[in-house]
Amino acid sequence: MKEKKFEEALERLEEIVKKIEAGDMTLEESLEAFEEGIKLSRLCSKKLDEAERKVEILLKDNEGVDIKPFTGED
Amino acid sequence: MQEILTVTELTKSIKSLLETSFGFLWVTGEISNLRQPRSGHVYFTLKDENSQIRAVVFRQTLRNIGFDLEDGMNIICRGRLSVYQQRGEYQLILDAAEPKGVGALQLAFEQMKKHLEEEGLFDPLHKKKIPFLPHRIGIVTSATGAAIRDILNITGRRFPSIDILIAPVRVQGIEAPPEICDAISVLNSIEDIDVIIITRGGGSLEDLFPFNDERVARVIYASKVPVISAVGHEIDFTIADFVADMRAPTPSAAAELVVPMKKELLATVETLRMRMISSHRRMMGRLVEKSIILRERLKDPKRQIEDLRINVDDITNKLAENLRHGFDTRKSHLQNLTALLKLMNPSVKITNDLLKLDSLRKNMIAGFQRLVDDFKHKLQKNMAMLDILSPLAVLERGYGIVRKLPDGAIIKNVSSIMVGNRINVRVSSGAFDAEVTKISREKKYERKKI
Repeated sequence: MKEKKFEEALERLEEIVKKIEAGDMTLEESLEAFEEGIKLSRLCSKKLDEAERKVEILLKDNEGVDIKPFTGED
Repeated sequence: MQEILTVTELTKSIKSLLETSFGFLWVTGEISNLRQPRSGHVYFTLKDENSQIRAVVFRQTLRNIGFDLEDGMNIICRGRLSVYQQRGEYQLILDAAEPKGVGALQLAFEQMKKHLEEEGLFDPLHKKKIPFLPHRIGIVTSATGAAIRDILNITGRRFPSIDILIAPVRVQGIEAPPEICDAISVLNSIEDIDVIIITRGGGSLEDLFPFNDERVARVIYASKVPVISAVGHEIDFTIADFVADMRAPTPSAAAELVVPMKKELLATVETLRMRMISSHRRMMGRLVEKSIILRERLKDPKRQIEDLRINVDDITNKLAENLRHGFDTRKSHLQNLTALLKLMNPSVKITNDLLKLDSLRKNMIAGFQRLVDDFKHKLQKNMAMLDILSPLAVLERGYGIVRKLPDGAIIKNVSSIMVGNRINVRVSSGAFDAEVTKISREKKYERKKI
């Protein structure tokens, strides 16, 4: 699920920042972590900038349930 | 003449009298001795300070009462009086009851709460974690209420890209509980719903009652998707609030709890990014600096060789010094040991011991000689004494030893011989035999004898 990815991405990003700040990585590790961190921060920003939300309503009919956009006038 | 009745006839006429003249009535009193046999009917005694009356509620009527009857409870109840002929007893058969003091709804609420709590439906360990950033929120509420408008406003403002799915239900009345249950179940079946809010605005205690329904409580408990309950105002607490994974005091508060501020999240991500970039930069800077220093040190191997040379000299000196010092120490140690050895030479001791032995031997010989001399001296003395005491010496002085013959017994007394006895006399130079011819006694012996 997308939103879990956001939360995970954010947690991973925090982890990477702390590791880099601790400064006990080799150059290779550090470069790798930095690259991953940049990707994660982009992913997080992208998740937050997703398009407008959908507001919908469940409608029951004889067949079962149906989902329709909610206009507030139902 | 007075008519004579059978017991049955009397009881029948009491029954008809009581049952027709009382009919339906309202009674108030305290419940005691309540019991519920397997039949499901409830029997108890209704009493006040002075009197008591038996009462029964049949299983079918229990449902209408809505709360559990308990000992000690004060109730107002409606029923009819009935006589049980077989035992000649009368009792109230109740068809309605209200608790006195608190309302029936309030009481039912307290009882339900206690019951479900004991069953573990409020267990904090069972509560699920509310997602940090939900993707799609299911909302169980009236599609026309103020609650849904508040939630849509607030979630839209805080984070305009989270999807919402409304499951419209009635939020009051007896139709409400099954609809709420159904809605929660349906939302559980839709895959990307990751949190459910069940909510309604404020209302009377009766209005909120669907949220105290046991069925609703159980569906919330069973929900796989975490449930937030936001019913009424801050002061209202419903069973749903206790079972839900999180309680929000109002619908607006639920919206705020479940949806984070997008701005804040963006700021968090940006802060993390900046922290990462700057510390990465610092780290790279440090590495570059370090490499420059290393390169500089690499440039001049001669200096290093000189350093090494000095080092070698230094170590050589130290080595010689150490060797010398070690030699000196050992030498003095050896001297100490030699002196000690001399001190402990055994030949001196041996000489001393020989001298001591010699002197002991001399002492022993001298002592022994003294002992021998002593013996000799004593022996001579004893031999002289022996001569003096010897009977031979006495014989020399003219004495003789007279023996009776033939047995040879020494005669010390004249009474042991008679005239005519033969005797042997031993003198110094020899012996001779003789015969006793006369016996004369000394006077003192005669006297003694008498």
